[in-house]
Amino acid sequence: MSRNRILSAVRGALDPSHAPARRSAASARIASAPKHPRPNIAKLEGDERIARFAECLAALGVDRIEVQAADEVPAAIATYLSARGLPLRLRRGEDNILASLPWHHASDLVVDIGPAQADDAVGLSRALAGAAETGTLALASGPGNPVTLSFLPDTHVVVLCEQAIVASYEDAIARVLAENGGVVPRTINLVTGASRTGDIGGKIVMGAHGPRRLAVILIRDGAQRT
Amino acid sequence: MTKTAAFEAGVSAALANEALQHALADVPAGFVAGRARQKAALPEFEGLRRTARDIRDHTLAHLDAYLEEFERNAVSAGSTVHWAATADEAREVVLSICRAAGARTIAKSKSMVSEEIALNAALEAQAMEVVETDLGEYLIQLRGERPSHIIAPAIHLRAGDVADEFRLRHDHLDASRDLATPEVMVAEARSVLREKFLAADVGITGANFLVAETGSAIIVTNEGNADLTMSLPKVHIVLTTIDKLVPTLADAWPLLRLLARSATGQAFTAYTTIVTGPRRPEDDAGPQSCHVILLDNGRSELLQSEFRPILRCIRCGACMNHCPVYCAIGGHAYDSVYPGPIGAVLTPALAGVGEAGHLAQASTFCGRCEEVCPVEIPLVSMLRGWREQAFAASDDWRSRTFLRAWVQLAKRPRAYGLAARIAAAILSALAGAKGILRRLPFGERWTRQRDFPAPQGTTFQDLWKRRERDEGPAP
Repeated sequence: MSRNRILSAVRGALDPSHAPARRSAASARIASAPKHPRPNIAKLEGDERIARFAECLAALGVDRIEVQAADEVPAAIATYLSARGLPLRLRRGEDNILASLPWHHASDLVVDIGPAQADDAVGLSRALAGAAETGTLALASGPGNPVTLSFLPDTHVVVLCEQAIVASYEDAIARVLAENGGVVPRTINLVTGASRTGDIGGKIVMGAHGPRRLAVILIRDGAQRT
Repeated sequence: MTKTAAFEAGVSAALANEALQHALADVPAGFVAGRARQKAALPEFEGLRRTARDIRDHTLAHLDAYLEEFERNAVSAGSTVHWAATADEAREVVLSICRAAGARTIAKSKSMVSEEIALNAALEAQAMEVVETDLGEYLIQLRGERPSHIIAPAIHLRAGDVADEFRLRHDHLDASRDLATPEVMVAEARSVLREKFLAADVGITGANFLVAETGSAIIVTNEGNADLTMSLPKVHIVLTTIDKLVPTLADAWPLLRLLARSATGQAFTAYTTIVTGPRRPEDDAGPQSCHVILLDNGRSELLQSEFRPILRCIRCGACMNHCPVYCAIGGHAYDSVYPGPIGAVLTPALAGVGEAGHLAQASTFCGRCEEVCPVEIPLVSMLRGWREQAFAASDDWRSRTFLRAWVQLAKRPRAYGLAARIAAAILSALAGAKGILRRLPFGERWTRQRDFPAPQGTTFQDLWKRRERDEGPAP
């Protein structure tokens, strides 16, 4: 059986007599994951962290819309879509926070619910965290935010609370897992800008397979900035 | 024709290929400059390389234990784990999963392991349609070529080549349509491939890393094609090798911080996805089953050889981007799945020294590959190791005699110094005022592609002696 052949070949290459020691070293590392050094850009705090996140989004060509409170999100999305000449229709999942928004404030915006369909033009998701080090959004798959919403529609709009902006990938994943009740979702999607390719003549073109356009609606909600 | 002769013929053809030379000329301004910018923007870059190397070494030194941990955790997340000792076995596993799924169309995200096992041909032989969805891979699939670079498989093509190919292959579209810009062509490929995504029964991806702690695969792309591949079809296959493990998610971040910076010169790729098993009971999207195939194909043997450090490789392609030989001849001339310095070290290990030992000659030993490798693989000394093995196995009496004579001379400093002075004087005289030799006595093969700069002034040994006399012994 190939499994045993491969494992015994690996064991033989590594000295079979130390296999138990290797096993306990591996369990120990998994039980208490190492804290590797992080670069300074992954350790920023306060205003510096928020500023780094915003700078990275700008450099990636991501549109950023700030609102002071969650209540303003539906109207902000409608304004954003109409300013770009995009259809006033989007699809979202069953996410509690997205569901609780006052959608009637944007009465001309049609909101569909469920996983993305082939002809959806705009997908809306909520990110569970943002990592300031590279302007990366962290999303978790599930009925709250079906993963297809991040990839099938041409335009992806992501709602993010400012308090969910953390310094590093490590912190972002910790936040995702905490919000997900400690369960690893099928996919954790780290999104850093919209879909792109450089495969034709070396020129960067947006919208290779996923969204051409990515917008972040940042909810300041109680966040203090000096 | 011997392997070496075939390789040399390929090199000559590549050097004479104007279109290829044009395409390769962009590498320094693109990937190389991009990496330099990222390195300059991250003061901790060099420290990260050491951390990354240590993580990979630790994993390889405990590989049996992490493989078992990975298997346990992947299975408890709902994945099926398959083990394949050889390329044949891996193909058989993929085929049986596809048959069981009744697959007619298979969407594939970029995977060098699938190139290694020649998967597409095997699937097509079973009348299944395989569609490469990474744009570069799609282009070379249309052209029946193999990747010429591990992260930019169509780097040898120019925009005009792509337009010609699309006009020929997308024959359901208006033949007179505008294909003047990369934007138009990307949009066309997007709509053609979107149909394939929606029709696919099985999605096959590789994995950049496997995480033992969680039983996850980590997959990075810029296009988002891996995400559609793993989320739309009802079956997801992760085809990967046993060396891709990291112990924990915490161990993945230092590697991921280096991967894109070393590869494309981005701080992070657009999409980094941690995928763990099939759809959950509450999910309304995602595949119903997830299979992880762990292929060995020679890696367990490498683990106990002097070449173990090559298994640290995270497939960023920095070594080829910075290689003067790769940048002169491109990837196809290597005629191996993995080109460039990594290919010249890995291919003989996987295919045997008789098949690919000659690839170690495709190096100037300048060491740039080693300088930029994010996991500090000693590529130059490994290339030297293969050269030694190839020499030991060689029956080319001319090169053996020449090298033996050279060794005898090099062991005698006085005789060597004298010979060097005589040779320098002769070459200098032959070159005349221009200082350039268009043909080298006994070295016609060297000067076939380039001129030889004649020695200027005195020999290195004489210069060194003078320097020691003037400045005292070197420290």
